[in-house]
Amino acid sequence: MAPDFIPHALLLSLALFSVGLLGVFLRRNIITVLMCVELMLNGVNLAFVAFSRAQGTLEGQVLVFFVLVVAAAEAAVGLAIVIAIHRHKDTLDVDAFNLLKW
Amino acid sequence: MIDAILFYVFAALALGSALVVIGQRHAIYSAFALIVTLCSLSAIYGLLGSPFIAVLQLVVYAGAIMVLFLFVIMLLNVGREEREGGERSGLKIAAGILTGVLLLQAGAVLLQAVVAPAPGFDASTHKMAQDLFSPRYLYAFEATSILILASIVGAVALAKKDL
Amino acid sequence: MPEPLARILSLDVVPWMVLLLPLGGFVVLALFGDWIRRDREEAGAGVLACATVGLAFGLSVFWALKLWSLPRGEGGLALYAPAFSKGAEGAVLPLEWIGAGGLRIPFALLLDQLSAVMALVVTGVGSLIHVYSLGYMAHDEDRVRYFSYLNLFTFFMLLLVMGGSLPLMFVGWEGVGLCSYLLIGFWFRKKSASDAGLKAFIVNRVGDVGLILGTILIFNVFGTVDLKDLADNAGALAPEALGRFGPATVACLLLFLGACGKSAQIPLHVWLPDAMEGPTPVSALIHAATMVTAGVYMVSRLGPLFERSATAMTVVAVVGTATALMAATIAVVQTDIKRVLAYSTISQLGYMFLACGVGAFGVAIFHLYTHAFFKALLFLGAGSVIHAMGGEQDMRKMGGLRAKIPWTFGTFVVGTAAIAGIPYLSGYFSKDEILAWALDSGRTGLFVVALATAILTAFYMSRLLFLTFLGRFRGGQEAEHHVHESPWVMLVPLIVLAAGSALAGYVNVTEAVAPAFRKPFDHPDAAPWLHLFAYVLPFLGILPAYYLYVALPEVRERLLAPLRPLTRILEAKWFFDDLYNGFVRRVVLRGSEAVLWRVADARIIDGTLDGGARLVEALAGRVRVVQTGFVRAYVLLILGGAVALIGYLLWS
Repeated sequence: MAPDFIPHALLLSLALFSVGLLGVFLRRNIITVLMCVELMLNGVNLAFVAFSRAQGTLEGQVLVFFVLVVAAAEAAVGLAIVIAIHRHKDTLDVDAFNLLKW
Repeated sequence: MIDAILFYVFAALALGSALVVIGQRHAIYSAFALIVTLCSLSAIYGLLGSPFIAVLQLVVYAGAIMVLFLFVIMLLNVGREEREGGERSGLKIAAGILTGVLLLQAGAVLLQAVVAPAPGFDASTHKMAQDLFSPRYLYAFEATSILILASIVGAVALAKKDL
Repeated sequence: MPEPLARILSLDVVPWMVLLLPLGGFVVLALFGDWIRRDREEAGAGVLACATVGLAFGLSVFWALKLWSLPRGEGGLALYAPAFSKGAEGAVLPLEWIGAGGLRIPFALLLDQLSAVMALVVTGVGSLIHVYSLGYMAHDEDRVRYFSYLNLFTFFMLLLVMGGSLPLMFVGWEGVGLCSYLLIGFWFRKKSASDAGLKAFIVNRVGDVGLILGTILIFNVFGTVDLKDLADNAGALAPEALGRFGPATVACLLLFLGACGKSAQIPLHVWLPDAMEGPTPVSALIHAATMVTAGVYMVSRLGPLFERSATAMTVVAVVGTATALMAATIAVVQTDIKRVLAYSTISQLGYMFLACGVGAFGVAIFHLYTHAFFKALLFLGAGSVIHAMGGEQDMRKMGGLRAKIPWTFGTFVVGTAAIAGIPYLSGYFSKDEILAWALDSGRTGLFVVALATAILTAFYMSRLLFLTFLGRFRGGQEAEHHVHESPWVMLVPLIVLAAGSALAGYVNVTEAVAPAFRKPFDHPDAAPWLHLFAYVLPFLGILPAYYLYVALPEVRERLLAPLRPLTRILEAKWFFDDLYNGFVRRVVLRGSEAVLWRVADARIIDGTLDGGARLVEALAGRVRVVQTGFVRAYVLLILGGAVALIGYLLWS
């Protein structure tokens, strides 16, 4: 059965992406920021799947597969870094880590 | 028909919990909200005819990544986040404006796209496997496994107590 | 003879052997010098050096005989197309040295009659001087180094005369300059010697600028630097009128500047007298017979090109004649035996350039050839005298040596007679030719000056002879006891050279090298009175010298008094050295310090660099404020960039 809500799926993906984007700016907790980044990635995944359905090829799906894998790896390493820097400063405030300034 | 209704339900769910993610003060609630989002998205993938991706989303994203997040949140005993004053309001306003512009731009592009669903769409696991292991994607596939290995080693090395 | 031997002894290979033998000698002596010294085998080293050059000479004779036995074409010009000019197919060594764009220079030799004659002169006189050095340098500690340098010099000189293209010739040119420096400053612990070596090299360098620029210009105009090509195609150039500075003229003048440096013509002659600081055999070889003739060789080699430019020819002739006269005047007042000979060399080189300037290139080579004999003889004879005098070179302390060193005296007389132009000796033939050509060219002014110079030459050479060998010994008791004849090792070369000075004139070198110039050099039908006058000419110089220095020395004092101002100029060598000294000190040194160092280097270059660094510093100071360390700001910038990019993509 052919779905006719593909354009709506695209809009949803756009919405999810923007929400995630806003979240990156609005939240101060590093872990929450990371979660918002995951949200953005998911929005993009949705768009890929929707387009793949529209075009009829599997390329979009394959790409989603890879994005998934890479997101997993990225989350793992990112959280490890968070743990490491938490050990240093005992805070998780994004603004607190500003040593790389001029 | 019922697909459409299900889609809207899950879409609303996804969007709502996304807003919760960015709105909640406590990190753990954001994590739970994100899990809800991911599961609804998994359902939507299924509705779009991609069972493989749907299950993968559930297993990898909601099942592994989010568990990892929760684990770290509980490990670090993350507490309530203080409400931020107006110090960075300039940043937030600019962010809001730019996001809005991005929305308009992306929207303009997306709405012009040809989005009629193609007939004969087959995204079963069998077909996915055939594609993934074909010479076209095989190298990338193997490379990502190495990537995962590297990230495992990296994560362990970074998070160790005594480096 | 068997095939491989025939190939080795062919005209294509023998010259390479001639060229490379002395190089081999140098390499052996240079590499094993320490072992030789340790085992006290210096005598053997010297013999090895002599052997390489001697063998090269033998091969040169073989080569020359083969060359001149080739069939002759019309006009009596021998037909011989040198196989190596362009590294032709089938040639033994078609190696390319430089290949850059349109410039292709192979390691090719030009092996025609001219290079054969030059090779004979270089190796022949060279081997005699090597043998002489065995005796002269027998007590010197560094003689291994000396012989290695001599061999190296021979190699470079051969490369110079056999090189097939201007750059390859230039390698030899620079090489002999280097060896000249090394040999002039051989006794480097003596400051005057090392200074002289430096002076020679630096003055040469000034000339080399002209040579290099000339080569570049020639390549620009002709598209080739191959000597054979240039000689062949020079005719394609329209002759340039006097006074017009076309490319041929400018190129020739630049090249001639190089020749002036190497062959000690005005204004670059100042190094040659100082070069007498080196050992006497060196003066004989380098500064009489071979290196200084390189300029003459080069001008002759490019003769067809020079002939295209009347301006260049005139300049060459005038400079040559002026130099000849000036050097002769200075030689008259010199007291050091070697200095007289040095100025004499400069003067005779001027004669060769005069010959070139009037188009008689073959005659110039002929004079080069005879001059090599008698000048080497004179220098080696002077070396024998110095050896007898225990190192003294001032003629005022000599006298009456005739009885004590008869062999030296006898050969020296032959040499003096040859250079003075006594009829039927070698010098007579070549000088006579030059004078005839000068007269025939219509340049009477130059002819008169040349004639006067010939008389002066006879005068100062006789003066030298008389002061050194006749009269009473003026050097004191001790020196008188020391005077002894030189060993046979030194006398035999003198005898050979004396025979050459006497008889060499009978070999018609002019005709022999004519094919290289593609035209015969028939003796001009000059005024017959010149021929008769030539018999009298030398005596016009000898007799006054006899009266002034032997018969009536008292007259000399009275005669010289009123001439004091003139003699002062002559003793100051026409003030060239003072001029250059002042120029260098005032203009070059002070100018460099004030302008180049203070302004250009300190202010401009350093200022630019410092200023650039300071500018970067200032800009960086402004820009770095962006790095706040604030992650959210960075994300904002990324977002802004992405939006801008997408916007651009959408609207273009």
